[in-house]
Amino acid sequence: MARRELPEINAGSMADIAFLLLIFFLVTTTMDVDTGISRKLPEKQPEDVEQPKLKEKNVFIVTVNRNNQILVEGDKIMTVDKIRQEAMDFIDNGGGIGNPMKDPRTGEMLPAAECDWCGGKKDPASSDHPNKAVISLESDRGTSYGTYIAVQNELVGAYTDLRNRLSKKLYGVTYTQLLKDAKNSSSNESLKEKIKNIKAKYPQIISEAEPKK
Amino acid sequence: MSKFRKKKKGMPAISTASLPDIVFMLLFFFMVTTVMRETDLKIQKPKLPYATEVKKLERKSLVSYIYVGKVKGQNGDKIQLNDRIADVKDVKYFIFAERETHSEDEIPLLTTSIKADVESSVGTITDIKEELRNVNALKINYSTLKGDVLKNMNK
Repeated sequence: MARRELPEINAGSMADIAFLLLIFFLVTTTMDVDTGISRKLPEKQPEDVEQPKLKEKNVFIVTVNRNNQILVEGDKIMTVDKIRQEAMDFIDNGGGIGNPMKDPRTGEMLPAAECDWCGGKKDPASSDHPNKAVISLESDRGTSYGTYIAVQNELVGAYTDLRNRLSKKLYGVTYTQLLKDAKNSSSNESLKEKIKNIKAKYPQIISEAEPKK
Repeated sequence: MSKFRKKKKGMPAISTASLPDIVFMLLFFFMVTTVMRETDLKIQKPKLPYATEVKKLERKSLVSYIYVGKVKGQNGDKIQLNDRIADVKDVKYFIFAERETHSEDEIPLLTTSIKADVESSVGTITDIKEELRNVNALKINYSTLKGDVLKNMNK
């Protein structure tokens, strides 16, 4: 009879405590996501190892000087926004016979063949095959980092564009989308297979030469 | 008439009991997303360059950071490792120290993120890269923001 009505516990200060914590985390939080261009450095080679010989037509040289001017193939001065197209034309040229590749299904070595997925001009004076095409980025010690990154970005972008195009043709979705899907469903083997195939058809070969003193 | 008056009198106070719930929800959101800054910047905060072909850095525990930027009143690029300004030669000890804190099988996955200012010179970056190659820390990431690359050139 006496406990007819329980007095409610005052929860009003609970909000204050929670607010205090909330404000603390609001202040300390940094919302920046770390993004960037991922690269793999080449392994250190012993001194006596012979450098592999490359044909000059298979190397695409981009030079950035200390005044941040960009020179492509030793004779064309260009702005950053033109490099992507130029690099794509070079990689996608397919003017000759490439290195032997593995069959994506069986893993057997296929004989060296022409690039049948390239859409380039097949100019004999430019690169033979995407897996032979090497992009070499030379820079000066005085080059500004911003320009250097911009050029790298465009070169990586050229590969991404080509991979997207091929992926669209083969599978109906872009390569970027494939990567995104693969991340969401990590056990999907057929997706991985597709990504591997595209990567093998347009391997990213960018060499960063040591800058001139 | 009397009906109306009666209702007004019996108006209950709005319950604030759900307010903590709302606040807690926000609190948990921030607690989960928050990343405590581990190091204090001794150099001026690097203005990162912009790029479009960026990848997100996964597994932050496997990433070690090298900062490159300017110090007020001094010339040249300075390198910061952990929370002090260091020399290029110290990079390898920094990498060794990072490796100590990880297990054997994680070592090949360790990534070095270079957070360098747009204005810094490529020479400094190359020196760092050379040091990293010497100790076989080959996975690197040039930290960038997402945006148009042409913004890197404007001065």
